[in-house]
Amino acid sequence: MFKQLEGSQAVAEAVALCRPEVICAYPISPQTHIVEGVGALVKNGTLKDCEFINVESEFAAMSVAIGASAAGARAYTATASQGLLFMAEAVYNASGLGLPIVMTVANRALGAPINIWNDHSDSMSQRDCGWIQLFAETNQEALDLHIQAFRLAEQLSLPVMVCMDGYILTHAFERLDIPEQAQVDAFLPPYEPRQVLDPAEPVSIGAMVGPEAFMEVRYLAHAKQMQALDLIPQIAAEFRQVFGRDSGGLVQTYRTEDAETIVVALGSVLGTIKDTVDEMREAGVKIGVLGIKSFRPFPLAAVRAALQRAKRLVVIEKSLAVGIGGIVATDVRMAMSGSEVKGTTVIAGLGGRAITKASLHRTLAAALEDKLDRVSFMDLDTGMVERHLQREREKRRTGPIAEALLRDVGTVGARVV
Amino acid sequence: MFQVRIHGRGGQGVVTAAEMLSLAAFREGRHAQAFPSFGSERTGAPVMAFARIDEREIRLREPIMTPDAVIVQDRTLLLQVDVFQGLGDRAFVLINSSHTVAELGLNELAARLPAGHLQLVPATQFAMAQLGRPLPGAAMIAAFAALTRLISLAAVQSAYRERFSGKVAEANAEVARLAHEHVQARLEEGVHV
Repeated sequence: MFKQLEGSQAVAEAVALCRPEVICAYPISPQTHIVEGVGALVKNGTLKDCEFINVESEFAAMSVAIGASAAGARAYTATASQGLLFMAEAVYNASGLGLPIVMTVANRALGAPINIWNDHSDSMSQRDCGWIQLFAETNQEALDLHIQAFRLAEQLSLPVMVCMDGYILTHAFERLDIPEQAQVDAFLPPYEPRQVLDPAEPVSIGAMVGPEAFMEVRYLAHAKQMQALDLIPQIAAEFRQVFGRDSGGLVQTYRTEDAETIVVALGSVLGTIKDTVDEMREAGVKIGVLGIKSFRPFPLAAVRAALQRAKRLVVIEKSLAVGIGGIVATDVRMAMSGSEVKGTTVIAGLGGRAITKASLHRTLAAALEDKLDRVSFMDLDTGMVERHLQREREKRRTGPIAEALLRDVGTVGARVV
Repeated sequence: MFQVRIHGRGGQGVVTAAEMLSLAAFREGRHAQAFPSFGSERTGAPVMAFARIDEREIRLREPIMTPDAVIVQDRTLLLQVDVFQGLGDRAFVLINSSHTVAELGLNELAARLPAGHLQLVPATQFAMAQLGRPLPGAAMIAAFAALTRLISLAAVQSAYRERFSGKVAEANAEVARLAHEHVQARLEEGVHV
């Protein structure tokens, strides 16, 4: 049924349709509306047989989810930014133990400096944690991916992180097709755990493993993610059969058939990129888009297949690996190793800086003329950066950087962007 | 695609107004997107929200920099925020105020826009009379409906009835009716300054 809903509310409804048995909630922007939404559905009886637990921290949220999942319950939580960092130790434990928890990450920048706005730093900080990481392009995809995530997680016994852009998606109202309970029930069978804490058949979960088997346990975690490379497209195909629309999968191409230049990105910025690419196509530029939907496992073969005929790649990412540049771009380069394709990395939208069509046009025009550096920063105020570097050259006690730059900016909030 | 930017202050229901605008458009079979601009979202601080209406799926996720309509829920923002940033020469402007265009110092803007495209709506007055609270959202959205004819008054009222219930829904529906009537009357009189 079509409804005009906030992204967070739509995700809450999708999660409820998956009949989770334990939900651990700790508030942090921009994730809060999601757990509030599921909480309301538990309270008003829409979501039955579900324990909604207000925990005291994100570390507790993941720890309780681990306990619940180990006891055989379908468990869900959500977080963002510093919350994800605070739960990091438990995040690794959830995947290391092979517990199929589903977690929404409402993507937000990491501090310091503290910043509540959107970028992908939080999810990217956990890219090697062993969780499957799926990135939603739209709110429809976000809600659809949650339904797929429980299937995928439980089939593999691996936790799945559904990453959706904070504010841009979580706080956007749009028309969304909310599935029927019967459809979700047909698609997602009850959870049948591979391992369960059961007093009738006692086992321990979480043994210490020494050098004799640690490598093998870790290899199996990797092997499971490699299995996910086959399973993710299968589940997306089955999803399409039941729900009648395309959502998820490993990658999605847009106007790439004859494209000489392909823009690679993940998350909601793909929409603005597609609109920009349509305008460039009208001007005769052979350009297309590759959206990466599954970042972990990283679909090397699918990415290579989609990009192999291109002459030029522009990876636009909302994350920065300080000291090298791109994170997504590094993986894309791995997929293209041995190829002579020209590749550039564009760091964009950090800490909520708007990625506009105008900025994309400027950046892509520069890329077409081979005028982009290997790593560049979209809409970076180089004047502001240079002023501060000059201050640092001139005197020793320059004080905190963030405060100095805010003084340079002056009044905040007086302009639209 | 039609793009609307709503300016107001934290606590005035700016985000709700954008949501109601999108819900009204949805109820008339359109694709609509509403989203807030997060910044200093303290009570009383300047806040913004955006809405897009189109006949097809909306993929664009940038803030609205060249609005087709600007709604200002608090006239004191005119002194503080560049609310008309990116405003085109065919755009619509609605300001919550019981002053005149001249009193607000907007003669120049009125002259630049087509006749009737700038309208002042005493939205707070309507809201205080019906709701007893200074929440101008319903009035501004209904005024938008009257001015642009992109959505109907009935759709605005049904959006408020879907989101709210009982007395609040009915009071907002009445606020909407009054504001719609106000703008329609002004347009019929050909009054715009």
